[in-house]
Amino acid sequence: MRVTNHPILGPLEPAAEVTIVLDGRALPAREGEPIAAALLAHGVRRLRVSDKRREPRGIFCARGQCTDCVMTVDGQPNVRTCITPVREGMVIETGGPPPAPATSRPPGLRPINGAS
Amino acid sequence: MRRAELVVIGAGPAGLRAAIEAGEAGVEVLLVDEHERAGGQLFKQIHKFFGSQEHFAGKRGFDIGEELLARCCELGVVIRLSTVAYGIFPDKVVGLACQGHVEHVQAERLVLAAGAQEKGVAFPGWTLPGVMGPGAAQTLLHIHRVLPGRRALMVGSGNVGLIVAYQLLQPGAEVAAVVEARNNIGGYLIHAEKLTRQGVPIYLRHTVLRAEGEAGIERAIIGELDDAGEPAPGRERALDVDCLCLAVGLSPLTELAEMAGCQLAYVPELGGHVPVHDDNMETTVPGIYVAGDLAGIEEASMAMDEGRLAGVAAAESLRRLGPDEAKAHKEAIRAPLRELRLGPSANQVASGDGGEPSHGYSTR
Repeated sequence: MRVTNHPILGPLEPAAEVTIVLDGRALPAREGEPIAAALLAHGVRRLRVSDKRREPRGIFCARGQCTDCVMTVDGQPNVRTCITPVREGMVIETGGPPPAPATSRPPGLRPINGAS
Repeated sequence: MRRAELVVIGAGPAGLRAAIEAGEAGVEVLLVDEHERAGGQLFKQIHKFFGSQEHFAGKRGFDIGEELLARCCELGVVIRLSTVAYGIFPDKVVGLACQGHVEHVQAERLVLAAGAQEKGVAFPGWTLPGVMGPGAAQTLLHIHRVLPGRRALMVGSGNVGLIVAYQLLQPGAEVAAVVEARNNIGGYLIHAEKLTRQGVPIYLRHTVLRAEGEAGIERAIIGELDDAGEPAPGRERALDVDCLCLAVGLSPLTELAEMAGCQLAYVPELGGHVPVHDDNMETTVPGIYVAGDLAGIEEASMAMDEGRLAGVAAAESLRRLGPDEAKAHKEAIRAPLRELRLGPSANQVASGDGGEPSHGYSTR
């Protein structure tokens, strides 16, 4: 999935290799590239699961605007992986936070369309 | 509070050219951009630009970006990156945030050139990994050098859709199809022909109905539309794709203009609500100018011309250019811009009023 040779841009310039750890699995990455690009180069598209419906999410805007690609990085949740560069030994987790617990609603508010 | 003669927000093609024009007239310019690299979307544009020499015809976006940045540096334009302009306060005070630090800058003149964001289309499965904006595909392909997918579906046949579809082919991805809800191809035929020559079908009056897959998109279901624009029953087909790009237009990022009190107008041809401006690119708030996609969605070439106009007009109002000099300068920008808007690239805007557009589409 890596574009090593491009008809306009030419061959991919060599870059130092760093190792990142995705859910316990060590993966090589190009120094300085964003986490999401490094993972996609290994075929990893699902970057997180959504809090509520537990659906897969991945890269959408690739410019730090949409926050669809956030993951837990070195223990910090909600890191935008499309604009955060990889670092040696970085620990990246797909899991994300557990589903939000059901909260008690203020009196008088009812769920819309039967949603709980 | 720090002061600046001219603050330009957004270091894309429009902002860079505004900074250069003002800088050449001797204005002290502060250029800010929220990204860690200047150039906006120029550095992911690998196709050759159209237009005249002033529009860098025949050059590729990334080369144009390098040239403009080098010129800014020569002129001593101060460029602050990774800096978000989070607000415009009364009397042209700009709020800047950088890595948790906040600063206010008192600007004498302001150019807003924040650009645009991609529109989306919601359909079942559109949140699956592999469904993305064409800008994301370009960034992955050209900046990060990773294929966004092996086989893609492009939704939308405007220039962005056509160009990015071709750019997916260049490094070896397949493009299963381009679908277009309208009766006609939205972009230039020259771009469409490059795709059809490579055997990529362009389905008119078709749209995407849903995307399916487990950890990411594995197939897209497209369907033909009837005369009412509704999916025709039984006219569906499945395409095995692991990438789907939504090239369905851009909307101007007008938040800062709104916050500054600039009057907006709804102009569908320009992407929605845009700040009303005169032919100097000045908004209804004196001293605040707009340029580029924020002022209405067009091409990078037009954005650059608008940036130049805004930069010259700001320099003139700061008395760094005399009226005659400024007038000559602006006319030299406007004439080729008119040509550009009437040329093969002219969009509906130019033909909207049926006659020659007066400086394009001045909305004031």
